[in-house]
Amino acid sequence: MSDHVAHHFDSAEQQFDAARLGMWLFLATEIMFFGGMFAGYTVYRFLYPAAFVEGSSHLHLVLGTVNTAVLLLSSLTLALAVRSAQVNQPQGTVRLLLATLLFGVVFLGIKAYEYSEKFAAHHVPGKYFVLGETHNPDVVPGHVELFYSFYFAMTGCHALHMIIGIVMVSIVAVKAWQGSYSAEYYTPLEMTGLYWHFVDIVWVFLFPLLYLIG
Amino acid sequence: MSTAELPKRHYLNADYNIWSWLLTTDHKRIGILYMISLTLFFFVGGAAAILFRVELLTPEADLVVSPTYNRLFTLHGVVMVFFFLVPSIPAVLGNFLIPMMIGARDLAFPRLNLLSWYLFMAGGLLAIWAIVRGGVDTGWTFYTPYSTTESNSQVMAMAVGVFVAGFSSILTGLNIIVTTHTMRTQGMTWFRLPLFVWAHYATSIIMVLGTPVLAISLVLIALERGLGIGVFDPKLGGDPLLFQHLFWFYSHPAVYIMILPSMAVVSEIIPCFSRKPIFGYKMIALSSVAIAVLGFLVWGHHMFVSGQSVFAGLIFSFLSMLVAIPSAVKVFNWTATLYKGSISLETPMLYALGFIGLFTLGGLTGLFLATLAVDVHVHDTYFIVAHFHYIMVGGAVMGYLGGIHFWWPKMTGRMYPEWWGRISAVIVFVGFNLTFFPQFVLGYLGMPRRYHIYPEEFQVLNVMSSAGASILGLGYLLPLCYLIWSLKYGKVAGPNPWKATGLEWTTPSPPSTFNFDEPPVVTEPAYNYPPLDDSSLPHETSDPTASTPS
Amino acid sequence: MDTSFRLFPDAASDMADQVDRLYFFLLAVSSFFTLLIFVLIVFFVLKYRRGAKVNRYLTPGKSVLALELTWSLIPLGLTMIMFGWGANLFLKLHDSPPDPIEINVLARRWFWRMQHSNGKREDQALHIPVGQPVKLRMISEDVIHSFYVPAFRVKQDVLPGRYTTLGFEPNKVGTFHLFCAEYCGDNHSGMKGQIIVMEPAEYAEWLQGGPSEAPEVAGKKLFEEYRCASCHTSPVNPRCPPLEGLYGRTVKLTDGRTVIADDDYLRRSIVDPAAEVVAGFQPIMPTFKGQLGEESIFALTAYLKTLEAPTPGAGQAGEAAIGDTPPSDTDSKEADSKEAGPEPAPSRDDEPRLPAAPSLDPPRDPSPPEPPSKENPAS
Repeated sequence: MSDHVAHHFDSAEQQFDAARLGMWLFLATEIMFFGGMFAGYTVYRFLYPAAFVEGSSHLHLVLGTVNTAVLLLSSLTLALAVRSAQVNQPQGTVRLLLATLLFGVVFLGIKAYEYSEKFAAHHVPGKYFVLGETHNPDVVPGHVELFYSFYFAMTGCHALHMIIGIVMVSIVAVKAWQGSYSAEYYTPLEMTGLYWHFVDIVWVFLFPLLYLIG
Repeated sequence: MSTAELPKRHYLNADYNIWSWLLTTDHKRIGILYMISLTLFFFVGGAAAILFRVELLTPEADLVVSPTYNRLFTLHGVVMVFFFLVPSIPAVLGNFLIPMMIGARDLAFPRLNLLSWYLFMAGGLLAIWAIVRGGVDTGWTFYTPYSTTESNSQVMAMAVGVFVAGFSSILTGLNIIVTTHTMRTQGMTWFRLPLFVWAHYATSIIMVLGTPVLAISLVLIALERGLGIGVFDPKLGGDPLLFQHLFWFYSHPAVYIMILPSMAVVSEIIPCFSRKPIFGYKMIALSSVAIAVLGFLVWGHHMFVSGQSVFAGLIFSFLSMLVAIPSAVKVFNWTATLYKGSISLETPMLYALGFIGLFTLGGLTGLFLATLAVDVHVHDTYFIVAHFHYIMVGGAVMGYLGGIHFWWPKMTGRMYPEWWGRISAVIVFVGFNLTFFPQFVLGYLGMPRRYHIYPEEFQVLNVMSSAGASILGLGYLLPLCYLIWSLKYGKVAGPNPWKATGLEWTTPSPPSTFNFDEPPVVTEPAYNYPPLDDSSLPHETSDPTASTPS
Repeated sequence: MDTSFRLFPDAASDMADQVDRLYFFLLAVSSFFTLLIFVLIVFFVLKYRRGAKVNRYLTPGKSVLALELTWSLIPLGLTMIMFGWGANLFLKLHDSPPDPIEINVLARRWFWRMQHSNGKREDQALHIPVGQPVKLRMISEDVIHSFYVPAFRVKQDVLPGRYTTLGFEPNKVGTFHLFCAEYCGDNHSGMKGQIIVMEPAEYAEWLQGGPSEAPEVAGKKLFEEYRCASCHTSPVNPRCPPLEGLYGRTVKLTDGRTVIADDDYLRRSIVDPAAEVVAGFQPIMPTFKGQLGEESIFALTAYLKTLEAPTPGAGQAGEAAIGDTPPSDTDSKEADSKEAGPEPAPSRDDEPRLPAAPSLDPPRDPSPPEPPSKENPAS
């Protein structure tokens, strides 16, 4: 029995099963969390389709696309990192985890730039919201503001999850560098991977719903 | 009964310094931590209730002004729902008992379990901070746009507090589900699980899937209030009803978070004090899961007069009728368990029988509310208040107290004083009915809830209700006193004072830190009480000739 | 109003009697099951108490399933009866009876303002005639309120931003409680009022007493004051859809949807004109949100309803745009209706009418303004 098995488990398998089931359940709670916002988004998009198209047209499509690619790459490198742990290549694991971190930070950097653009354009909902020039004059500024409320609430929550993900990846990267993971034991790595992929998938839904409508 | 001795070494005296409690990962110690903090919150919420019941003795405002009154009922609602009822049985008894019942040394994630207590305390302290800073006046329902635009109170702090406490609930639920799936000992198959575990499993499903939706609703309220990110703001074209949908999507199932664990407790107590296997084990087990699933589909019955469509009203009314059936099945099964049992009326049994009666009344009045045209009249009146107190106090708190008395000897190693236990159980039952039954009448008469000043023809019933509340308050204070007393002076209980089945009773009382020296092996179904075993109980001298041969 | 102690509320509408019948059915079912459970528990506890000498032998192999099915299916059947009965009444409640007396209700923290069809206004009280259906069109200017009359067994939330309606038919003369049933802040329990049900003749007399200005007259003034006519003067101006005969018709929108031009649509078109633009027109109308209070909007829509469709041929531009429902009436009453309003009624209480001020609306003051009329009904 490995020394990674906590006292209250009978075996490594039992511990791994518990960890995996726990992580999946946690992801289920996350789905419900984002699901609340997706439900609200759906209601309002149905009510105010034109305003949502208008709001979407002010988002930076190129940056959004780049960010999608960056995130997908980060998922790839993380999946490969788990793979290298499984085949006992700790150095590869560390390098791939660092690549994942880099992509994660790039994503957040681009997101921050997008936010600052929105801020400058007075597109942040609230007292100072100004719609400015519209592509389609057939919209009510308030409804576009609702779109931006969802944009900021959803991408904001997503970004918060990214930050938590980056902290988690940093921790497992340090652990991997210390040689904690091997083909026998890589549970934390795999759990981090599940979480990261989930956050990635949320973005895969957010991207078309926010950037690609119209 | 021979004079039992406390075991030399057990989880309580395993270590004495304060950090051994504050950093413990022992599920039993965390259960105790929860019990202490929940007791505190219960009496904070109760004090608020006593205050506004006194205010309601007269139709005028004479004790407090309206803004204070509004803060009092909000305080009572928020604290009782989020900081007492939701965590009550799962976090205290569930934490303590589930690993022992399935033969495990701990929950699957002991550190998450400790974290969940800290989250609970952090949320609770935020809530108390919000109260100290002037309180919240939105009601526990936080309806928009009042909560986001008009209320001048500490809505932000309270919303964040409830949000944080919500994660505590999620972690508890997650822990229970994973533990039930992966930590069962050899021979403990799904249909040998005590019904306590089944009901907690169902509860945990709701905690895990429902609470995040409450969390996001509160986040959206905080964003709207704090940053102007107005998702519900009618001035932008937002829909205030959307908040109600999101809120009740959690908060209706949350009612089952409160009641299912009480059903869990009752399903343990009834067979033990009837010395008989429970009637219809599978039906009770599966009806818990059915309640959990159906509970997610009925939230719209809180919104029959809100302006949602008539069609939605019809659908939600229909589904709400269906959710009554599994509850009815449970009540009939418990009653049938009594048939040809060998019944004794110790305190836990008194609470369990009281639970069945009050829950029956609470459940049946739920049908009035599910019936569309009648709900139009009684919605947001005292009828609703009475109904959900029958479920949440008559049901959930009776179950909690029954469970605390039942497992008190296991948790502390000592018996509570039986005579005082029975007396206070009766006081609670009488006080409860006197408090809340008049409120059904008030509700049908048309007195709206959350009314500080009311027309004088409602006064007599309000005085009855307030009188009942003072009796009920006494009924809750008594156990607090004698249970604390029993910690030092109670009779030593021995491992199994009730001669109950279940793995938790095979350990010493109090158990050792790791529960079992050797993993137990289960070979028989739950509640396998020998059919006519009439052996003595600690407080009951029985007549051995009473049993007839089988 | 009878303020003595009682255990059962007044029943003063046809709905009240029907709801009470259903309530008694529910009471009967509940009492039966509560008693059944109580009696069984007490009986079992006494009979099978520990130590009692009774036969405890259980016949093995007895069909448990039959028992379980019985106590699942009988309750299921009963709940289905409750559902059907309740749903039927609920649908009746939401039916609109022919020719109701229409009354506008405005809720604001913490008072109710009612506006009768002839423009007579009252606060915290509603006078209605007995035996005639009444339909309330309600809106809130701040948070959610709820219009609740226990004696009629009716209740409906009043929302900001859109109309909700409530119908009832009182069948008893008297004074009854009006409550706000949705928590709305500090003085929630003070948001009460009286429903005064009168004999029709008395009501007619009451309605004529005191100052009032028909809402359509007030609306016409607003229409002119805000220069709506500078644009909406069909058929002169082809840039604006004509308003004559608009009410109740189906309107095609630029985005392809169609809507019924009901009160809610007219209201939205005033506060959010660009949200639903009529097909064939540009969204050039400015929003009047913030300039017009809900009472002014009541008045404007009342005026718009009086605009009958013009004679055939006069409004070509509009015909094409406003969808396919034929105009209900081709008589040109437009000219009449403009003159026909009850003449120069004594002007209201009032502040100067500048386009920027929500002139017809009560001051934003938590204390309810003096009701325009306070005479008591003779009943």
